[in-house]
Amino acid sequence: MKDRSTRLLWPILGLPAIVWIVLFFLVPFYVVLCVAFGTVDPVFRTPIPIWNPLEWQFTQVAVVWDRLFGPDNFYLPAVLRTFAYVAIAVSACLVISFPVAYFAARHAGKYRGLVLALLIAPFWISYMMRMLAWINLLQPEGLVNKIITLGGLIPLDINWLSGNPFTVVMGLIYGYVPYMLLPLFASLDRINPSLLEAARDMGAGGFDVFRRVILPLSVPGIVAGSLLIALPMMGDYFTSDMLSKSPSTAMIGNLINLSIVAPGQAGQAAALLLLVLLVLLVPMVLYTRSNARAEVRS
Amino acid sequence: MTVSAAPAEAILEEAQPGRRRRVRGSSDTRAYGLATITVIYLLWALVPVAITVLFSFNAGRSRSTWQGFSLRWYTWDPTGSVLNDESIRNALTHTVLLAVLATLITVPLGVLFALALDRWRGRIPSGANFLALITFVIPEIALAIGLLFMVTYLATPFGLGTWAQVIGLVTFQLAYPIVICRARLLTIGAHYEEAARDLGASAIGAVRRIILPMLFPAILVSAILVFADVLDDFVIVRYLSSDASTETTSMRIYQTARAAPTPALNAMATIILVVSTLVIILGWLAYRRWSKRQGDTTELGSFAGNL
Repeated sequence: MKDRSTRLLWPILGLPAIVWIVLFFLVPFYVVLCVAFGTVDPVFRTPIPIWNPLEWQFTQVAVVWDRLFGPDNFYLPAVLRTFAYVAIAVSACLVISFPVAYFAARHAGKYRGLVLALLIAPFWISYMMRMLAWINLLQPEGLVNKIITLGGLIPLDINWLSGNPFTVVMGLIYGYVPYMLLPLFASLDRINPSLLEAARDMGAGGFDVFRRVILPLSVPGIVAGSLLIALPMMGDYFTSDMLSKSPSTAMIGNLINLSIVAPGQAGQAAALLLLVLLVLLVPMVLYTRSNARAEVRS
Repeated sequence: MTVSAAPAEAILEEAQPGRRRRVRGSSDTRAYGLATITVIYLLWALVPVAITVLFSFNAGRSRSTWQGFSLRWYTWDPTGSVLNDESIRNALTHTVLLAVLATLITVPLGVLFALALDRWRGRIPSGANFLALITFVIPEIALAIGLLFMVTYLATPFGLGTWAQVIGLVTFQLAYPIVICRARLLTIGAHYEEAARDLGASAIGAVRRIILPMLFPAILVSAILVFADVLDDFVIVRYLSSDASTETTSMRIYQTARAAPTPALNAMATIILVVSTLVIILGWLAYRRWSKRQGDTTELGSFAGNL
């Protein structure tokens, strides 16, 4: 009897979370499917979800597909732009965070605690506040323009905050770089220093040590960090909204966000979201599985 | 390693005088170079925010020209200050309320699940774990839209608002306590619990009196992370908000930042920053105290939700 109650204890402890995940993660996902494969009320323009998968219709998906790849493909530029922005932003984050993470892991010495604390500081500064900071700096009469024009001496009128792709990509880098720094720091911190010493003893120069020892050993951190920032960026609409608010810098997230509020387009938002998730499915599963494996190993 | 390396280096030095010094020298320059990059990065990351905080104390309406120090935008401006603008006040209290509620639900749910996962093997727990971990990388907009549709098309009597926001936040944050507590449970291992059981403790007793106290630092860390992260949340709270009464600070910044707001917006953001900084510092002190008592040396890195 006692043995049985012990065996039941663990499932009972786990049950609330499992119920929660099913109810508030799986069921909502199913509703998204039913809306995406549902129809639209012809009069009120509200989506009518179809609950039975056997009756699912593909009109919404066809509309979205048409806007992506059909003759009238006004979704496509935003999609291509998103891939370009994310690729640039992730590469830039990598270039910025590698030396910083390497310094924190190897050379910070007695300042290590301080450097780490400062590196994680952006985590508890709200994302919106950090975007607000740049809006303040980049507004027409803001500090950045004052510095560039030397206080108005040079007649240079740079419009940073509407439709400037440079600002949006910079905002993405600024917003997401902390999330790449930490996995990278963790993987660089794990490298055994004696390996670097051994490589140097065997005659490898500084660049060789980097290219043939440090870089290969930090690949897991690079991959984890890149996925950790690239995946959320694919659904980001607020960075572009805050720093540009222009269709010329709209990303996939903006398309979804705009369809959600537009009358009669919720089904299209759902269908677009599904397409995005379909594309992201493989990297998401890869990240989660590698994470679970790392957990078991440690 | 070092013992055997020392003579080898001595020999090398003798054979090629100057070689070692050159290597050492270049490594020092490299360290300075890296330090410079790090300092520049930190300035870039933190100075804009510091300027935002500074301008919350501006005496004038500008967010770019300094017109003297004043608490105008915090207290005494008759209509625009944090104290006198009801919508700003409401956004602040609602944000903190959501953070408290979401933390109070997320942490127990996640801790219990982590305990269960530690012993219960099978398809159901590992499947649920997988789904919880997916929330780390799934675009937040997907989760938010799912819940928005569920509330508007399926659970219609439920309605949007505070509880819808809390449910969304808990779902999104659940992975933190699960991952952090599981990692800690793996390092604790099974012996303490087995010893307690051998000495006659029941399974629940062993969990309650042995495992939970040892898990406390991990629970604390996940609570702080969840709290700080919820203060910051935007996508979920926005989609699941019902009206102005469930507006948060992040939503307010999103809606008004581009429309020439007063420094009161900076003041509001600064207050949230102070709240989360205080929570982090208090939590960190409590964590250090508790870990020291347990003879545990965990690094700052784990405090950052270093996954």
